[in-house]
Amino acid sequence: MGLYRDEAVVLRTQKLGEADRIITLLTRGNGRVRAVAKGVRRTSSRFGSRLEPFTYVDLQLAEGRSLDVVTQAETLSPFAARIGSDYERYTAGTVMLETAERLVIEDKEPALQQFLLLIGALRAMSSGERSPSAVLDSFLLRSLSVAGYAPSFDGCARCGLEGPHRAFSPSGGGMLCSTCRVPGSASPAVETVALLGALLAGDWAVVEASEPRHRKEATGLVAAYLAWHLERGLKSLSHVER
Amino acid sequence: MYEGVVQDLIDELGRLPGVGPKSAQRIAFHILQADPVDVRRLAEVLIVVKDKVKFCSVCGNVAEDELCRICRDQRRDPAVICVVEESKDVVAIERTREFRGRYHVLGGAISPIEGVGPDDLRIRELMTRLADGVVTEVILATDPNLEGEATATYLTRLLRPMGLRVTRLASGLPVGGDLEYADEVTLGRAFEGRRSVDD
Ligand SMILES: [Zn+2]
Ligand SMILES: [Zn+2]
Repeated sequence: MGLYRDEAVVLRTQKLGEADRIITLLTRGNGRVRAVAKGVRRTSSRFGSRLEPFTYVDLQLAEGRSLDVVTQAETLSPFAARIGSDYERYTAGTVMLETAERLVIEDKEPALQQFLLLIGALRAMSSGERSPSAVLDSFLLRSLSVAGYAPSFDGCARCGLEGPHRAFSPSGGGMLCSTCRVPGSASPAVETVALLGALLAGDWAVVEASEPRHRKEATGLVAAYLAWHLERGLKSLSHVER
Repeated sequence: MYEGVVQDLIDELGRLPGVGPKSAQRIAFHILQADPVDVRRLAEVLIVVKDKVKFCSVCGNVAEDELCRICRDQRRDPAVICVVEESKDVVAIERTREFRGRYHVLGGAISPIEGVGPDDLRIRELMTRLADGVVTEVILATDPNLEGEATATYLTRLLRPMGLRVTRLASGLPVGGDLEYADEVTLGRAFEGRRSVDD
């Protein structure tokens, strides 16, 4: 069975048997990979903390029949330490991991854009320079876009008519003009719509200048948009502290 | 697929933590070939354990009575509480003979990805225990891995404003592992060298 090397972010770990774990990874070259890490729960494990969620690692894996096996791990960036020591970062960051796991649907299908997006968001979150909540909202919109669910916050999501528009509908794909608007659409503040556009574009100057009430409204709309596009809700989303 | 009751046994075993379908099958066939007396003893102990063993109403540790052995012991220092994730961590710490206070068993760690938040653990019960002012130090001995650290972070934020001494086991415990696998010497040292959590 072949050995291969890849860079990866650890998304999730699950206990297996006495002292092993199944590690779900988002890799640079091989997309989502599930692998066994043997003996990793023993405090004497040579892997130490290198296979904890949020950690960015350089791995060597051995191909297995159902699951691959981690044979070597070197830390590239210990995001875990900086995220686990702050509860707000931990809860918001966990939603990013769960989202990445869910939006990359097939194992071993390359998903380079999702990988780069996640690395960027983890870097921003662990630096502590930006609000974890805003980093999360921005990540969710961009990750959904990469998965093919890009929302529109300027032109009408249905007919393309130039905005700004007043109605927001998750099922409609974002903002809708007065002709395309569907019953049950939300009517967010103009500032909130601008903020959503900035979160999607990564325009941090606009995000940081925004008011708390607009951030709060944007967060609610992002959650609604995410819920519409994921079949089952995320387990971690309701635990985010904000 | 096997017939009826054999498949039922495999299915039941497969629902146990850490037992995959292959292991479930292996255990099932072990049971089929085992001495009936041995199997009966296993079945009985399963029933008895569910009947008799409860969780201590104070600390959440496994107990055969309303209170566990440690909470009943008057010689244990009531001013110090050691917070752990599971009952098996109590066993691991007791083995070190370093600790003479009481415990509080959370019933797990905060893990949003598994849907486990602070309200799903025995944190409210901990706060109730601290209300009468007897406790002066809380030692956070959650697992030295990400979920354990995050749980300690959450508890620290909750406990520090109460004017208690909040301590975390000294590092030296390799990060990433389960507390129960730490050897007595390492764990004992971690207790001795515990430090106040500040910042
Ligand atoms: Zn339109
Ligand atoms: Zn007790």
